[in-house]
Amino acid sequence: MQIKIFIERTNKNLDLEIKDTSKVIDLLKSLKIDHTTVLVSRNNELITEDINLNNNDNIKILSVISGG
Amino acid sequence: MCKYCETQAVIILSSGRKLCKNCFIRYFEKKVFKTIKTFNLIEEGDKIVCAVSGGKDSLTLLYLLNKITSKRRDIELSAMLVDEGIHNYREKTIKDAKEFCKIYEIPLKIYSYKEELGYTLDELLKKTKANPCSICGILRRYTLNKYAKKLQATKLATGHNLDDEAQSILMNQMKHNIEISARLGPITGIIRNIGFIPRIKPLYFMTEKEVSIYSYLKKFISEFTECPNSFDSYRTDIRDILNSLEAKYPGTKNGLVKSFIEMLPILKEKYKFKSSIKSCKVCNEPCSNEICKTCKIIEELKLKL
Repeated sequence: MQIKIFIERTNKNLDLEIKDTSKVIDLLKSLKIDHTTVLVSRNNELITEDINLNNNDNIKILSVISGG
Repeated sequence: MCKYCETQAVIILSSGRKLCKNCFIRYFEKKVFKTIKTFNLIEEGDKIVCAVSGGKDSLTLLYLLNKITSKRRDIELSAMLVDEGIHNYREKTIKDAKEFCKIYEIPLKIYSYKEELGYTLDELLKKTKANPCSICGILRRYTLNKYAKKLQATKLATGHNLDDEAQSILMNQMKHNIEISARLGPITGIIRNIGFIPRIKPLYFMTEKEVSIYSYLKKFISEFTECPNSFDSYRTDIRDILNSLEAKYPGTKNGLVKSFIEMLPILKEKYKFKSSIKSCKVCNEPCSNEICKTCKIIEELKLKL
């Protein structure tokens, strides 16, 4: 299936082809991102690492790293 | 799904517990208020100055302190912001802090490195190869303490969270700076001295991710920003190691900080006679040597001009 991702920290938009049964945690692992360092939202609603992704999802990955 | 109300979860805690928006907000506030009570961070008659940057941690802290103090006539709360002068970063967080304080009617004072020291941080960094975070940390602590005293604060509240503390503990451990670790904890300073304003850290047991989720759900800030100078420091390496361990072994940071808290009374006892506080010969601020680190930095950088 196809999903759209916006990674806030690098200001990158990606179109990704992922497996039909992929969860949020699988997506983060494939992007080499620790789930403890980000918030993930779908349609501006926060979702947890164990949630299944759907075709055509719009996913935002927000970094939680401190600004100092 | 949330463990308590079967609605969509927004977080999986390190214990494995899943919480929805409302249950998470309740959990978060209860835990912060418990930290304040357990460590007696706020007392009757306190005049609290909250150090704010306009980022998620400090605005979350200010919101919660305001929630407590607005019900208490015997406690005063105000906010203080130190503008280091970091282009393309601090301008936005200052705007957020100003708007926040206006909404919640909290008095805000802004002090800058430029006015205090004659240079912005950006200008200072052009004159030295020293680690930006070390210089900025020293200057910020100096400015915060100096103006907290001017504002007659009895407590200086900072937005340090569990991640910050876990990083400091591990850094001190690996650099054999145990005496510096003795100055950590939810309320800092192993020696009570008229020159130091006691610092309190009510977010001490909240992870950075928990603070981020709370501030996101409360819509305190529109985006999370990282300081442009924070890349490639010793702290960022330690942060990455801890985050990677936390992802693999949930609860790692919490375990590290809780173990440290159990050892802290022993460290404080061991170092209470070793540390002596003097007054800096140049600026009169408290320090452990003849001249404080801030004055040393300024003198050194002036020589390099």
